[in-house]
Amino acid sequence: MLKTFPKGGVHPGENKFSAGKPIESIELPKQVYIPVAQHLGAPSEPVVAKGDVVKTGQLIAKSTGFVSANIHSSVSGKVLKIDKVLDTTGYKQTCIVIDVEGDEWIETIDRSAEIKNNIDFSAEEIRSKVAENGIVGLGGATFPTHVKLSIPAGKTCKYLIINAVECEPYLTSDHQLMMEKGEEILIGCKLIQKAIGAEKVIVGIENNKPDAIKHMTELSKKFENIEVNALKVKYPQGGEKQLIKSVTKREVPSGGLPIDVGCVVQNVGTAFAIYEAVIKNKPLFERVVTVTGKSVKNPSNLRARIGTPINMLIEAAGGLPEDTGKIVNGGPMMGKAVSTDKVPVTKGTSGVLIFPESLAERVENYNCIRCGRCVTVCPMGLEPYLIKNMSAVKMYEELKAERALDCMECGSCVYVCPAGVPLLDYIRLGKANLNKILRAKKS
Amino acid sequence: MEIILNTLISLSILGVVLAVILYVVAQKFKVVEDPRIDEVEACLPGANCGGCGYPGCRGFAEACVKAETLDGMFCPAGGNEAMKNVAGALGQTATEKEPQIAVVRCNGTLEKRKKTTNYDGPVSCAISNTLYGGDTDCQYGCLGLGDCVDACTFDAIHMDEESGLPIVDEDKCTACGACVKACPKSIIELRNKGKKSRRIYVSCINKDKGADAKRACDAACIGCGKCAKVCAFDAITIENFLAYIDFEKCKLCRKCVAECPTGAILELNFPPRKEAVVEKESETTEIEK
Amino acid sequence: MAINRLTLSMSPHDHGKDSVKKIMFGVVIAMIPALLVSIYYFGFDAIRVNLIAIASCIFFEWLIQKLFLKGKITVVDGSAIVTGMLLAFNVPSNLPWWIIVIGSLVAIGIAKMTFGGLGNNPFNPALVGRVFLLISFPVQMTSWPKVSVLNFAMTDATTGATPLAIVKEGLKNGETFSSIMNNMPHSYTDMFIGQMGGSLGEISAAALILGGLFMLFRKIITWHIPVSIIGTVAIFTGILYGIDPEKFANPLFHILTGGMLLGAIFMATDMVTSPMTHKGMLIFGVGIGVITVLIRVWGAYPEGMSFAILIMNAFVPLINKGFKPARFGEIIKK
Repeated sequence: MLKTFPKGGVHPGENKFSAGKPIESIELPKQVYIPVAQHLGAPSEPVVAKGDVVKTGQLIAKSTGFVSANIHSSVSGKVLKIDKVLDTTGYKQTCIVIDVEGDEWIETIDRSAEIKNNIDFSAEEIRSKVAENGIVGLGGATFPTHVKLSIPAGKTCKYLIINAVECEPYLTSDHQLMMEKGEEILIGCKLIQKAIGAEKVIVGIENNKPDAIKHMTELSKKFENIEVNALKVKYPQGGEKQLIKSVTKREVPSGGLPIDVGCVVQNVGTAFAIYEAVIKNKPLFERVVTVTGKSVKNPSNLRARIGTPINMLIEAAGGLPEDTGKIVNGGPMMGKAVSTDKVPVTKGTSGVLIFPESLAERVENYNCIRCGRCVTVCPMGLEPYLIKNMSAVKMYEELKAERALDCMECGSCVYVCPAGVPLLDYIRLGKANLNKILRAKKS
Repeated sequence: MEIILNTLISLSILGVVLAVILYVVAQKFKVVEDPRIDEVEACLPGANCGGCGYPGCRGFAEACVKAETLDGMFCPAGGNEAMKNVAGALGQTATEKEPQIAVVRCNGTLEKRKKTTNYDGPVSCAISNTLYGGDTDCQYGCLGLGDCVDACTFDAIHMDEESGLPIVDEDKCTACGACVKACPKSIIELRNKGKKSRRIYVSCINKDKGADAKRACDAACIGCGKCAKVCAFDAITIENFLAYIDFEKCKLCRKCVAECPTGAILELNFPPRKEAVVEKESETTEIEK
Repeated sequence: MAINRLTLSMSPHDHGKDSVKKIMFGVVIAMIPALLVSIYYFGFDAIRVNLIAIASCIFFEWLIQKLFLKGKITVVDGSAIVTGMLLAFNVPSNLPWWIIVIGSLVAIGIAKMTFGGLGNNPFNPALVGRVFLLISFPVQMTSWPKVSVLNFAMTDATTGATPLAIVKEGLKNGETFSSIMNNMPHSYTDMFIGQMGGSLGEISAAALILGGLFMLFRKIITWHIPVSIIGTVAIFTGILYGIDPEKFANPLFHILTGGMLLGAIFMATDMVTSPMTHKGMLIFGVGIGVITVLIRVWGAYPEGMSFAILIMNAFVPLINKGFKPARFGEIIKK
């Protein structure tokens, strides 16, 4: 019996077209647009000005608080301007625009291919290197990693769970990364384990990637206290709270954090980034992005520099299909549709998904027929139909009582809704307004 | 006979008992209310629009009675007349306010502001706004999904099909501010109604650089500053590539309207302009001043 | 190449394959076995009643949407067909056409469209139509034609009582259950395959169960409501039968006769008028079971299924409020 979470979940079509495709680096763009707000928390502050010459890996925007992250130049060249550019959020954000000239890296980065299994760092050292190099959660939420590595006083961490589930359909970047950089990832895991003092590391992989499970299990034998778990294929297996429940049977309390049940969850890509940051001194300025879609000629896993416009990635995957109707940044379940193909890759871009016109529009919507399927599939045990109705009529007190804030926006409810009701659109609005009210009350 | 008698007796007893219970309950749960609240409420329009900042007209009436002075209390829907009545009922004086009206500060009609994407979702500006900046290249402009129309309790704002923008009905608008709150882009502003309903305002809130703004919309304010230069009353300020006309200072001379290269400054309810008339009018306003 | 104008919508960008239409037509398919059985036993009349009911339901829905609601016309979603068929299943095959039309008008016009159409009706439309007819036209609604195989001759078939009515009448007259059953023209096998008097669609337990299995397989319904209804009825009548087997009918009889299976499989499981959570569905089913038995055993009517479902429909909002799904993360938090 494979491990899984007990409540809810759906089974969207996997469509992993790019599985098994080796990670390729794409050519450098002529210009990069690096947003200063790529992570959750306070936007960073630019420390370069127009006309400055920067090297690859050089700090160009400094973190402005604890929950914030440094941003480094992903190319070498000259800062053209600091301007507002439309990015994946759908709004114009401050971006540092750099004209690319050559590819000169800062000297501190170790560019050798050699794998160094050296974890002689203190927890403090690991944390500061992670913070310095601007590592954020690469699963998509982009939460600054050094914050997660700082265990609050009075709490202890038993399990470090590495999220290699990749339950989003279409995406394969984590899968391929495990196949190619498995050992580095496990060293990264050991580093995280050291930083947080976890007793045990568990790598959770969904059962649709048997090759990765086999590969990682082989590799994990070289290390102590690392266990690889195969998990049932069910969306959202990779949701943080669902993963903890699947692997440890512990349930994160409503409104609580994983550390409340002695767990820390890190994405597998983050583990690799931490390895690079700590051992190779390499800041986070590139990441693996899956470019895929039903009509994409050559679905691929690409290594792209942060700030590269996504049309360059699409070119590398065989060009934009003629029938393109929608471009999504991320996976089909939680990704965000973008308004042009020129938005830059950010730290949170795990995939670029291209939908043909026939799949771009949502299904026709009818009245809710109260079938209760949204309730059945909600992995958080909420009542999406009710939260949607309350959001629509602005009943914020009741929304809070119905635990609207527990919703992680996984989209399972909308996926199953036979009436095609845009539940999540309303739930998001309700959550945003409720948060606003709660914040106003606090201050 | 006996049946009738029994019925009468039992019903009478029942009636008396119930009456006593009702009386006791009424006494026990009696709420003493200031009779002036009713008086004040009678002076109010009764639309419960919330424009005063209180929950409905009753709430406002209670607040008025409780408050020591009527300073800062204003019913936008009823206007000065209603406030005068309220003041009369309470034996106080009301502060007079210039009548205001809602103004939609976007002139990006379907023609002037081309759509660049398709929005696929519920017809709600608030939801569209959580998704992205809008289906045109201007992320400040009207989304055209009509949250303001839904918010209005006076039926005073409607979507114009041709332009895709809301239009305020001058006779019906009471400046309660519901649409101002409903608009997620903060496009709608309450401005002084002006003499004879004549108003001049910048119908754009695009804070992008001139070139970007112009690319997105032909009617955008590009922040060129020509209007500010020509204004004799210091009423126009330019901030973030955007002009703003202070309605307290504006003397309605209309010079800026002619000067604007993109037609972003609108004039309302003025007589049709002839070259000579413009000259004359601006002179007269100067003399008045 | 200039790219097309992109579409933007909120996540998720993928959607499951089910739609309202598919669900509705799935229900229609599930009803086909019972329909065939009814044609087999009642002949042309079964087709006539079904066609009239379906056509008038569709027509009234279209008319009301067109004239009064002036909104999107959603007749194509198939829900009117389901309502029409269910209404036809719930009436005797010899019902005059105008009574069927009145029933359809009540079902669609009063029970469904006045509340805002599909999804907003608190009560099962077909049942409201049926109960309205039962109260308004008690004679026509309870004169059941005797079944005869493939009777297309359109002769005036003789009428007879349903097994439930026979037993109710007999018990009232002081006869014992076993003696009534001995004189009963229908054996349990007859009841199972549908060889007995009754409404069009309710006679054949086998066909109804077949349809129910299809809906379970297609995930249109879950097992909770049918199982809890039938289970409750079996246990409740089992206890009564255990107390006095001569005064009360046995559980098998209760389950195979009347509208029990039609109600449990097709009517009570109507998504719109049943609870949202599985826990709620179980409560709902138990309620229907208990009320049905109460009416059948002690009430004035021989059959109580439709009343029981309607009564429990009224409790659905309360059940939804009272039986919330188990929240994730609640157990640990004190």
